[in-house]
Amino acid sequence: MKATFSIWRGDAQGGAFRDYPTEVSEGMVVLDAVHRIQSEQAGDLAVRWNCKAGKCGSCSAEINGLPRLMCMTRLSDLPLENPVTVAPMKAFPLLRDLVTDVSWNFAVKKRIKKFKPRPPDAPDGTWRMAQADIERVQEFRKCIECFLCQDVCHVLREHQLHDKFIGPRFFTYAAALEMHPLDTEDRVEELKEAQGIGFCNITKCCTRVCPEEINITDNAIIPLKERVVDRVYDPLTRLLRILRGS
Amino acid sequence: MPSPGEALTQIGFGRTARRDRWWATPLSTFLVLGSFVVYTTWASLQGDHYAYGNYLSPFYSPLLFGEPPHAWFGPKPGWWPAWLIFSPALFILWAPGGFRLTCYYYRGAYYKAFWADPPSCAVGEPRSSYRGEASLPLILQNAHRYFLYLALPFLVVLAHDVWEGMWFAGPDGRERFGIGVGTLVLAANVVLLGGYALGCHSLRHLVGGALDRLSGAPARKLAYDCVSCLNRRHMGWAWTSLFGVALTDLYVRLCSMGVIHDWRIL
Repeated sequence: MKATFSIWRGDAQGGAFRDYPTEVSEGMVVLDAVHRIQSEQAGDLAVRWNCKAGKCGSCSAEINGLPRLMCMTRLSDLPLENPVTVAPMKAFPLLRDLVTDVSWNFAVKKRIKKFKPRPPDAPDGTWRMAQADIERVQEFRKCIECFLCQDVCHVLREHQLHDKFIGPRFFTYAAALEMHPLDTEDRVEELKEAQGIGFCNITKCCTRVCPEEINITDNAIIPLKERVVDRVYDPLTRLLRILRGS
Repeated sequence: MPSPGEALTQIGFGRTARRDRWWATPLSTFLVLGSFVVYTTWASLQGDHYAYGNYLSPFYSPLLFGEPPHAWFGPKPGWWPAWLIFSPALFILWAPGGFRLTCYYYRGAYYKAFWADPPSCAVGEPRSSYRGEASLPLILQNAHRYFLYLALPFLVVLAHDVWEGMWFAGPDGRERFGIGVGTLVLAANVVLLGGYALGCHSLRHLVGGALDRLSGAPARKLAYDCVSCLNRRHMGWAWTSLFGVALTDLYVRLCSMGVIHDWRIL
């Protein structure tokens, strides 16, 4: 069976979608088709990939307009009667073809306050944690840093507020640290001011595209928003904090 | 579908390379939520047909001023300005209305459906400027937990209305226990509203989500788990309770107007 893939070819200076008809078969994913096109028709096609198992987060792209991992998008789930569009992520600067420069994300990660554990619980320098306490943050550790959530977030994608807003990936990262039962660092002021959590208007697009099915909005962003409300907007909790002297 | 030579960035209202019916969900939200707002506004301004026997419409409960025997403080107050339309719903409906308006789920839904901010995921927006919930007016959405505090007592009042809905006046004037279709409608409404309000994100935070070590507070852990369980289906509860409360008002209203008859089961 033949299918056509409309793949973006170009760099930061410009480019265009180019159609590549190719043979496809049962069980193939989009990355398989892109590899076949690369080997048979477009040897200079730039595409970033690594594990082909949905665990490295390298092959992020926009397939038929939606951010997805190419290696986890089965051709059997796509309508093949029309060309399948494959474009690079739009929230980040384009390097070439399907490859974007995602280094902004790594710079953002460095700005988030690091894990600061309480003093060890035992003389041998170890800690004790209840499973119930650590379960909540284990979900966030599933993140493979594919940055699809960053790409689909309209605050970055459409409004380009990269200097004011860290994006859903790093709210998840901050939540993993902030909710950790051993952590003693305070990130709430930064979340509101420098990291711009108030810009999130809860579209849940990040949750929708996450290949690891992390419930980013309900379990990370909204709980962090509520912690900001505790600290900044809720006079009752502020009063209670003053009375407790905390 | 993109064509050769088309710009890679799709900036502009409705611009997208998506092939699915991305507009269907925001359009449905616009129609359903818009219809609910129109119906609720109309029903709450009627000031009539809100009670039928022992049944009271949830739009008018608690009935602070109005028809006996449901009114808490008697009929329309004398101090009410003559030029201002009177309806008992005006005293109370702002509280559950504010709760829904500031709800995290509804916010995401109506920003898309009514303000196209964005219209849908990976679809172009009509405006280039964006302030989100970081400044006025949307920063006021952070008051959601206060509307939660106001909304929770309504569940108790509405549950009491179900109890009242089980006592029917007999021919001798004495009240007797019974169950009518209306009783079941009122009860279903409380269950749906309970599922919605008790699964609130703010409640989840307040009962335990704010703590990093829940294992040290077993009662709060239990509450957190219960609220989290409801919260996982918050969208479903939000919509079913929206339909439920409107249909309950409609049922009481149609009974009161004599359009339909309330069947007694017991």
